[in-house]
Amino acid sequence: MTERVAIVGIAQPPFKPKRVDASYSELAYEAISQVLAETGLEIGRDIDNSITCSHDIWDGQTISNIGITDVVGGHLGAEEKMAMDGSTAVYYAAIGILSGEFDVTLMLAHTKMSQTNRNIVNNDAFDPIYSRILGFDYTSAAALQQRRYMHRYQVNEKQIAKIVVKNLANAMLNPVAHNKGKFSIEEVLSAPEVANPIRKMDIAPDSDGAVALIMASEKRALEITNNPVWIQGMGVCYDSHYLGDRDLSDVMALEKAAVQAYRMAGIKEPDQEIDVIELGEEFSYQEMLWLEGLGICEKGEASLLSDSDFTSLQGGLPVNPSGGLLGGVPANVAGLNRVAEAALQVMGKAGEHQVPGVEVAVAQGHSGFCGQHHCVIVMGNQPHNLTGGNP
Amino acid sequence: MKRKVAIIGGGQTHHASHRKDVNQVELVNEAVRAALADANMTIDEIDAVLLGNMEFFEGCHMTDCWLADGIGAYGKPGLKITTGGTVGATIVVAGAHHVASGLYDKVLCVGFEKQEEGDSSAILSAVAHPLYGRFLAGAAVGYFAMMGASYMQAYGAREEHSAMVAVKARQNALKNEYAHLKLDITVEDVLNSRMLAYPIHLLEMCPTSNGAAAMILADEKTARERSDKPVWIRATETAHNEQFELDWRDVTTKKPIFSRVAAERLYKKLNVTDPTKFFDVFEIYEPASWAELVWYQDLGLCKPGEGFHLIEEGRTEIDGDIPVNPSGGVLSTNCIGASAMLRIWEAALQIRGDAGEHQVPKDVNWALTTAYGGTNWTVMTALSKEWDE
Repeated sequence: MTERVAIVGIAQPPFKPKRVDASYSELAYEAISQVLAETGLEIGRDIDNSITCSHDIWDGQTISNIGITDVVGGHLGAEEKMAMDGSTAVYYAAIGILSGEFDVTLMLAHTKMSQTNRNIVNNDAFDPIYSRILGFDYTSAAALQQRRYMHRYQVNEKQIAKIVVKNLANAMLNPVAHNKGKFSIEEVLSAPEVANPIRKMDIAPDSDGAVALIMASEKRALEITNNPVWIQGMGVCYDSHYLGDRDLSDVMALEKAAVQAYRMAGIKEPDQEIDVIELGEEFSYQEMLWLEGLGICEKGEASLLSDSDFTSLQGGLPVNPSGGLLGGVPANVAGLNRVAEAALQVMGKAGEHQVPGVEVAVAQGHSGFCGQHHCVIVMGNQPHNLTGGNP
Repeated sequence: MKRKVAIIGGGQTHHASHRKDVNQVELVNEAVRAALADANMTIDEIDAVLLGNMEFFEGCHMTDCWLADGIGAYGKPGLKITTGGTVGATIVVAGAHHVASGLYDKVLCVGFEKQEEGDSSAILSAVAHPLYGRFLAGAAVGYFAMMGASYMQAYGAREEHSAMVAVKARQNALKNEYAHLKLDITVEDVLNSRMLAYPIHLLEMCPTSNGAAAMILADEKTARERSDKPVWIRATETAHNEQFELDWRDVTTKKPIFSRVAAERLYKKLNVTDPTKFFDVFEIYEPASWAELVWYQDLGLCKPGEGFHLIEEGRTEIDGDIPVNPSGGVLSTNCIGASAMLRIWEAALQIRGDAGEHQVPKDVNWALTTAYGGTNWTVMTALSKEWDE
């Protein structure tokens, strides 16, 4: 039985703002047939179980994994649906392999954001008694978080707009991204305001698409590929639900998830030991807040990393070389895409947005508004025993 | 699995059609507190918290996020899985994998549904494909009506046989303090109840319940230190059929069906040749009475087509030789996200000898549980009292 788990296959057909030509099961099929073709693996012969990642409410179908059971290899097999961000599906898939029950696991995340209204979906995530009635969505909640963060650490809008400039420029090098371009800080700041201080260009756009990933135990990984990406550490954690129960400029859940992942990976100085980070900035300011939660800098100092171009593609620690979520990644798919992008960096297969010499990469994803639940996955080119998860 | 996994505690709410006195957070918290008390543990000792639930039934997106405080997940690792009616069992399987992985020693598993806050029949109709199935959908009743009609036509069973299953479930529920529907009814009462969709009468269908269940799983060392009566999870099995592979409701189909395939694989793992002798009690997922008769044959408790003789002869009663659902089953309590976990928890109580009035009157060393997700997949678990290699 294995102590080691590796990513052995990745498929990410390009994301688009709107895929009127395909149902969500067809999006899933595109990604799965691509990952199977690339790895040479077959459903029914090589895949022990599947973990899907979606939400009934985005799909408009109750128990919506029923709509893709056939394409994910569920026929007479084991399939489970992770109703959270795709990063947590990777965490859970690794646990299944570590348990000794499975050797090869297929993960599939999909969302077709164009078929519904994100504001209504978001609003349904607020408790129905006290908060929902206020009309919150993720954007208006994020506006509170950004305002609190800016106030507490004296961060200004220009510093945050610079994240947008960086990520949209990075996205130009990424064929999977659909929201990209060379913009100035002034252009970002002249975009229409959606929920002060958040502007349209600060928000990850609605997108349709799917990502498929295959992970395997050490033995099978070495049989399947000569370029496995080893999971070295992982952690997840919940924060409180009510916005008023949290100081929104703190990220306790991310700090704890990162501590858990780093302890497992043996990382003591994250800013020194990590070569690249792919994180889930659903809104531009979150890149700063999440970097602080990931322990890359002291609290309140992430804006300095951006000011000094430390997180740019050519910087000391590139963050979101893919363009991140601002480049256009569907909700829920977000985290699986973060893991996929981080893994491609370790494989050296990230193409034009490749960071040279990546040995250790970190992917981060979150679920719920203002990052209530966080997941951190550390991966690298060296095999690593996954032990010691207890917080 | 890499490490042995035991159930060292559990608890449930008093299930009911209306719980106006609690919100969803408070409802799940009742079950969590009961499980912690049963395991003589505090929430601080729990390493990770896993939740199972379907968001449409309560009209809440990301229920785990709202419920984080009620399930004790604040500041802890955890996740949420959604697999339909199976989810309570899926969460137990996920919990077992967490413990077996070696990353966690004590994992809290929670399943719940507060159906009064949604419209379950509309939501169940939305399981059907939006383009090809939804206009035909008849909630859950429609599926089981086809199953019942097929069963009667193929095997010569009568409506009375299904009614007997309904009576057994509600008589057993009278002995279960947590059950929702406790009805002192007869076969005549069932057959005289309102027809929902032929051949299913109102009393042959499960209720829409509000309720929660919670269980604590642990590694062998913790289990032996902390529990006088650990119950071991010996094997689990999940199997699906596809959405459009509908003809399984023809009960005579020769195609491989999730229920039979999962049972076959589980029995192979445990070297089971005769399940009626190997297992001392069964807790199965029967949202409609006909489903119980189909489970009898799919689990190999009888030959195909002979299940209605088991109920006729009283063999699956609490004091029969093959007791099935002494708790009153899903027919008496269906808080969907908790229902499959309740099967496992009730089976564990039987093994511990703690089932109270509905304890089966014999030694219980092995128990088998099933679940339904949609109507085309299952999660099964086998539990044992001892772990002798």
